[in-house]
Amino acid sequence: MANIQSPLPGTFYQKPSPEEAPYKSNGDSVNIGDTIGLVEVMKTFIEVKSDIRGTFSEYLAVDAAPIQAGDFLAELMA
Amino acid sequence: MALKILNSGLSTSIQDLGRPGYFHIGIPIGGAMDRLALQSANMLVGNDAGAAGLEAVFMGPEIEFTQDASIAVTGADIPIKLDGELREAWKSFNVKAGQKLSFDFLKTGARIYIAISGGIDTPIALGSRSTYTIGALGGFEGRNLAAGDEVPIGNGRLVPEGRTVPEALRRMPESSAELRVLPGLYWHRITEQSGKNFFDDEWKVAPEADRMGYRFRGGRPLDFVDRNQPFGAGSDPSNIVDGCYSYGSIQVPGGTEPIILHRDAVSGGGYFTLGAIISADMDFVGQLQPHTSVRFRRVDMKEALSARKERKDILTKITEALA
Repeated sequence: MANIQSPLPGTFYQKPSPEEAPYKSNGDSVNIGDTIGLVEVMKTFIEVKSDIRGTFSEYLAVDAAPIQAGDFLAELMA
Repeated sequence: MALKILNSGLSTSIQDLGRPGYFHIGIPIGGAMDRLALQSANMLVGNDAGAAGLEAVFMGPEIEFTQDASIAVTGADIPIKLDGELREAWKSFNVKAGQKLSFDFLKTGARIYIAISGGIDTPIALGSRSTYTIGALGGFEGRNLAAGDEVPIGNGRLVPEGRTVPEALRRMPESSAELRVLPGLYWHRITEQSGKNFFDDEWKVAPEADRMGYRFRGGRPLDFVDRNQPFGAGSDPSNIVDGCYSYGSIQVPGGTEPIILHRDAVSGGGYFTLGAIISADMDFVGQLQPHTSVRFRRVDMKEALSARKERKDILTKITEALA
């Protein structure tokens, strides 16, 4: 198990836009540099990229939830 | 001597204490959002308190030094690393050419200030090196820093390591905040009940908050006193005939979400302002993270001025401690 952490505070989104599916779902493979979500702050949406490789397990942060820097966003199986 | 920017974080810019004197022609005062933090960082490394340093919001940059220097980091609480080894905030330390400064995840607060002995030596624009990105003025080519930039540093001298701001004089960001407000010229435009609600309600910092303004959500909408809108004012009751805005003034477009105008704000417009955050609390505003709970507290001019004096006294004490 390994976790992806938020690089900055803001609002976390699991999906690229409200109508689309989440970036990743259970069983998806994740490579280093893959986008797993968005953080909205200062009128900007910042892509959160994975710094680890593995298989996507689940999101740990709720869609549209307030988050702080360092919060766990998603869990991967190594 | 230069700083090599390896990674610019989210938004890292060159700031000093700004360029007061041009607001009447639409150019904001600019400068550090947390002035006391920048002034402290500068004094720690032997610079003039108003020298230009780096302001980084929410994420630290990664920087390589091309020459030995003394540096200090103040403001938000964030782990500081030199070549991967932890260093203390609010304390001077020396770096050698080739060493790299980086940061871990932000803990509390929003903005860090990095001062380097000698200060940043970019060209002065209208009396200041502060970056005003909207106007492409000052700083490094009028913009935020980007990876690959080489930022010039003035001639400085190394200072002893371990110079520190006494803890009692540091103003640390907190998880919730009380901001003091002096009601202003247009206070009469809202109902008495709305005025009371504004101070009773709990507000939260909206994620849009930036150097121009800090927006808040969560309190009850304001009700306005009925009137026939004067010629030149828009039809919305939160509109006025255009007026001047001041640093710290609070506008509430549509009566719903208050916005505190900060260092890079517009200088005038057609929204009523219900008052202003007192000058002594503006540095705190610049350290608020999104979603932080905030309450506004009404003060009178006497309390505002005494708070301003207290803040000045803190700066004097820091200056004396680092003399």
